[in-house]
Formats: sequence, structure tokens, C-alpha cells
Amino acid sequence: MGTQASLHLRGPRVDTDPAVEPAVAAVFGYLRATDELFSTYRPDSQVSALRRRELPRAEWHPWLAEVVALCEEARERTDGYFDPWRLPGGFDPSGLVKGWAAEKAAVRLARLRGLDHYLNAGGDITAGVHGSHAPAWRVGVEDPADPSTFLAVLELRTGALATSGSAARGPHIVDPHTGLHATKLLSVTVTGPTLLWADVLATAAFARGGDDVKQWVSARAPGYEVAALARAP
Amino acid sequence: MRRIAIAAAATVSVVVLLFSYRTSTDQTPVATGRPLGGGTQPTRTTTPATPATPGSAGGSGTFTGDAADTRYGPVQVQITVSGGKITDAQAVQYPQESGRDVRINSAAVPELNQETLQAQSAQIDTVSGATYTSEGYQQSLQSAIDAAHR
Repeated sequence: MGTQASLHLRGPRVDTDPAVEPAVAAVFGYLRATDELFSTYRPDSQVSALRRRELPRAEWHPWLAEVVALCEEARERTDGYFDPWRLPGGFDPSGLVKGWAAEKAAVRLARLRGLDHYLNAGGDITAGVHGSHAPAWRVGVEDPADPSTFLAVLELRTGALATSGSAARGPHIVDPHTGLHATKLLSVTVTGPTLLWADVLATAAFARGGDDVKQWVSARAPGYEVAALARAP
Repeated sequence: MRRIAIAAAATVSVVVLLFSYRTSTDQTPVATGRPLGGGTQPTRTTTPATPATPGSAGGSGTFTGDAADTRYGPVQVQITVSGGKITDAQAVQYPQESGRDVRINSAAVPELNQETLQAQSAQIDTVSGATYTSEGYQQSLQSAIDAAHR
């Protein structure tokens, strides 16, 4: 997926609990396995074969079938503003796979009792904070107009946060309805219960733009909201 | 003020897998983390001053993130941590050679400096940003944070 993943764990038994190390290894093992299957940069991945129309349905890995079904659901739920089939270069589920994979990877931490975690995959974060007295993770959201500063510092306990944008290099996210680059927003950050949907909704909201983008996101799925927004000048 | 390029885009192979530990919710860092998988290791240029006392926030020192490879060249960020807060951040490596980089620079120039960080009381644990705008910068900043907590 061409990105970086950082996992932070916190808790009183973090360096004595024997379950920690295997759980952490399982997280990164899962991420590597999904990367092998879904990377558009690897010619031998299933997604690359699918893009070349060389992968019959019968040979799909079960994870690929799951992701394709989720892509269909995402397209429907976002009124077509998230559409992996209408991207330059052909079908590309990367916009959904990163959140999906990070979230499933983080499930490997569920048995670590009393430990808080966050997993940051290329700027999209899934987190869990367990004790009610434990502090939230503090997430700096880059200001796309001046990435040296933060647009917001958000507190994240258990849930997810994803940012989409394309300010510095000019437009990169395409509105699938028009085929044109989205230019109304510089970045949009969505929070919610799952990273998969926070990420999908952030990408779709960026493609759509609009004065009512906050309401649009909230109406797509319960519990999701725009937590930070930068509009183009 | 230092200026760096925002470099760009879905780079092909930056899969730096790092994890780090903190012993407790008072954010005391312990040196039990270690990198897993690919990528270069972050460099600790200054040893954290003293073992943190319980209840006080975190370590101090200067931590340099991985050089994140972007298609425009490497981007690398160094942070200074004092009492658990990031008090300064500098780009120590950034693309500045080609005409293309100059264009990128002029489009958006990060100036991560002490004043802006303090204004935000930026005791942050992690960074979120648009992957396509500043992947290299954000990755390097995150890896400097990772280094500070290892």
C-alpha cells in the first residue's frame, strides 16, 4: 500500500505481558499479507492481476471478494462519490483497503488486556483506550495550507480518524461523477467508529465538497462526522 | 526558519513498520520498542536526559525521523521533546534541487516551528494528514514521534 504504519501501545504491563510481542508481530504480519494481495505496485498481487483482467472470479482470495463487496457498498453509501471502478488506471480499491486492513490488523491487539493502542497507517488512525481514567490519544491534523501547523488537535479514544486531501500537489482526487479533479476542499478529516468507513467517507466528502459537506457526511452513516475541514481559498 | 518541500504522493515502497511502547498513561517512554520489518531505523541523536519520574510527562531529547523517500527526494524531520512535549521541529533533509521541487515548494511550504507548536500546545501522540499532499513530511514527523517513544 506504499505507506507507513506505526503502532503505539501504552499500559502498565506493556513490557512484561508475554502476549504483547506475538500480538504486535501478528498486526504487522497481517498488514504485510494484505499488502501482498492488494498492492497496485506489486505486479504479482491479486489486484494487479485483476486490473490486467487476468484473474478469474474463481481464483479470488476470500479477502479480495470481501473488499470488492465492501467497495460496492461504499459506492452505494456515498452516492457514487467513492467509486474504485472509476479511477484512472482502472479498478483500485486502495482507498478502502488501507482502513480495512489497519482495522483488521488491530483486532490482533484485542486480547491485550489493559493496554491502549493506536495504529497509524499513512495518517489514518484506529485507536483504543480502555481505562476511563486513561487519557485520549492526541492527534495533530496537518493544516494542508501550511503543514507545519495543525488544523486541529483532536482527542481520540476508541474509534477512528481519517484525513483526505490533495492540496500541495494540486488536485488528485477525482469526482467520479464528472471525472474532474475535486478542488473545493483542501482536506477533510472524518471521525467515527470504524476506520474503514471514516476513510471512505473522508475520500468521498473530499470528492464531493459542497457547503453542506458536514451534514452530508453525518447523513451517510450514524456516528461519523467531519472533525476538521479546510476549504480552498 | 527552515523551509522544506512537501513532497508527494504514493511512493512505491515506503513501508516502514515501527512500533513503540509506553509503560503507562503518564507517557513515560521506555526503551523496549524496536522496529519490525523494513525501513531504516530512526536515529536518536541525543539520549533522553534522565529517567522520567512517575507523574511527569515523558522524556526529553532530540529525535530524528526516518528519511521518507518521496518521488522528489528524501524528507526527514527532527523533533525536540522537552517534558513530553514537542517544543521544536525542523526539517533536516528535504528536496531542493530540481525545478520541479521548487514548484512543489512554492505550492505549500511547511514551517514547523516552535511558536506554532506551542500555540497549539502540541502535546501530540500522532499525526493525521492528507496522504497525497505531504506523505513524506508527515511520515517523517510520525517516525520522529515514534523514535521519541522507543
